[in-house]
Amino acid sequence: MNDRLKIGNQELSSRLFLGTGKFSSNKIMPGAIAAAKAQVVTVALRRADQAYPEENILNYIPKDCILMPNTSGARTAEEAVRIARMSRAMGCGDWIKIEVISDNRYLLPDNQETIKATKILADEGFVVLPYMSPDLMSAKRLVEAGAAAVMPLGAPIGSNRGLQTKELLRILIEEIELPIIVDAGIGKPSEAVEAMEMGAAAVLVNTAVATANDPVAMAEAFHLAVKAGRQAYLAGLGRVMQSNASASSPLTGFLHE
Amino acid sequence: MKFIDELEKYSELEYEDFFRKITDDDIINILNKPSINRLDYLALLSPIAENHLEAIARRANQDTVRNFGRVMQLFTPMYIANYCMNQCVYCGFNHENKLKRVKLSMEEIKVEGKVIAQTGLKHVLILTGESQEHSSPDYILQAVENLKEIFSSISIEIYSLQEAEYKRAVEAGVDGMTMFQEVYDADIYRELHLAGPKSDYAFRLDAPERACRAGMRTVNIGALLGLNDWRKEAFLTGVHADYLQRKYSHVEIAVSTPRMRPAVGGFPPRVLVEDMNIVQYITAYRIFMPRSGITLSSRESASLRNRLAHLGVTKMSAGVTTAVGGHSKGEEVSQFDISDNRSVREMSTMLYSEGYQPIYKDWQALV
Repeated sequence: MNDRLKIGNQELSSRLFLGTGKFSSNKIMPGAIAAAKAQVVTVALRRADQAYPEENILNYIPKDCILMPNTSGARTAEEAVRIARMSRAMGCGDWIKIEVISDNRYLLPDNQETIKATKILADEGFVVLPYMSPDLMSAKRLVEAGAAAVMPLGAPIGSNRGLQTKELLRILIEEIELPIIVDAGIGKPSEAVEAMEMGAAAVLVNTAVATANDPVAMAEAFHLAVKAGRQAYLAGLGRVMQSNASASSPLTGFLHE
Repeated sequence: MKFIDELEKYSELEYEDFFRKITDDDIINILNKPSINRLDYLALLSPIAENHLEAIARRANQDTVRNFGRVMQLFTPMYIANYCMNQCVYCGFNHENKLKRVKLSMEEIKVEGKVIAQTGLKHVLILTGESQEHSSPDYILQAVENLKEIFSSISIEIYSLQEAEYKRAVEAGVDGMTMFQEVYDADIYRELHLAGPKSDYAFRLDAPERACRAGMRTVNIGALLGLNDWRKEAFLTGVHADYLQRKYSHVEIAVSTPRMRPAVGGFPPRVLVEDMNIVQYITAYRIFMPRSGITLSSRESASLRNRLAHLGVTKMSAGVTTAVGGHSKGEEVSQFDISDNRSVREMSTMLYSEGYQPIYKDWQALV
């Protein structure tokens, strides 16, 4: 089955993107990335430390992965743009996950600033993947701004509360032509399955893997979940009986009287 | 509105009466809420909540790991001058104390910075006493200018500045500000701060807010534990943090929980604060403010710090000296005695063995 996810000029066979924050040691990362069979890995550029190779997170990411640096820590579009340019200057490639958060209580993204940053960076040739609050009009503006994919949240970062925004995600999947990658909130493999069954193009998972007792085993569990969910989506979900299903036809029965 | 007006709302609060009415069931109910309010936080600081410390600690551990991960940010303080006009009775740098007063030259500051940088740390906290003559804003900002090349993030723990001065600091590349109110009780504050600019309670209380308005990224507040009933001070510190975080949601508000240590002058703590009290404070605060940073200094012992790493703390000092030029010249006269002398390397080894990744760099200044 040739089911590839196309983002920018890359074709991906893996639909599980992995975050690298929150691990108890960078040394765990290569194993977790391998178990997740992840091809795209996001790294907070603010933590990249080229002066200290032993602790530099970038040195623990396999060379065949696509690096997707993120602008975590940016509070405005301007800061996100500066971090993105710094990333490119450091040789981290053209992919950038825009994260603009000016709310430290809930860590919810600022869609307006995200749209601004997306426009500037897409014009500069970056492959821009913006993290956003699932809002249809904002998603449409991100498409117009030149985003390569749209990454709405399922629940606030680190909350592990699953697809709290499910109905809004469903609308984005239906209406937006770009790949919809569910980012943040997914706490369990079953929730990744659910997102993929709905037709999400991919999911990005960090906290649930990084803070598991066995991150490598959990990474594999997520790989299997994403694969199962995708296959179920492609297979076409069968009819699910409603609990109030009834044999009689009170509304159209008169046609046969 | 300023924080002093917000604080006024709690001036009539009868703490003893409030604590007497809290039951075990109240604590269990609070621990089952997804988020808690200010009075829930106060209930978690109550004597009865001590019966539930393990459950409180478990929740605090989970909240911290979910929000911050299994990581610990490291930093070190760098004292560049100890001249001081203030008379804070508990402080080693008290104007009245006879000690050798020194300040580092810009060359010495660079040397000190390079010695610290060799440990791998990228975050530094600059400290001075309060002296317009010896450690003016110009002097401090010149130091920042000289350290910018060496560190990716520079914070200041100095005397209260005007908002325009904080703006200058931000423009110069300072991204964090630490300011301890020391004690929120205004009467006790007056008793302990006998002279100097710091004796102005209201001006100091408003300083963190001025820093927020000036565009500082991180603002770290705290009360010095041992000067007043710790439960009240812990509560009002939490209220202060909550007030700032709601009003300035783009700023990272953090708290420290410093406990009094022996210092030149020999002022004894007015109130004894036990290890158990520190644990209750940190864990209750974590549940109240799940995304707020908690900074733990080397005032606490190595063994306690190892345990507290699991309970909500997100930032720890390492390789600490509280003497001016102490990193490059060794200790002479320090502000207070520290309890945890471990080097950056030793702290990292401890953190890895406790299941935490030490973070040497968590921000890259954009100035």
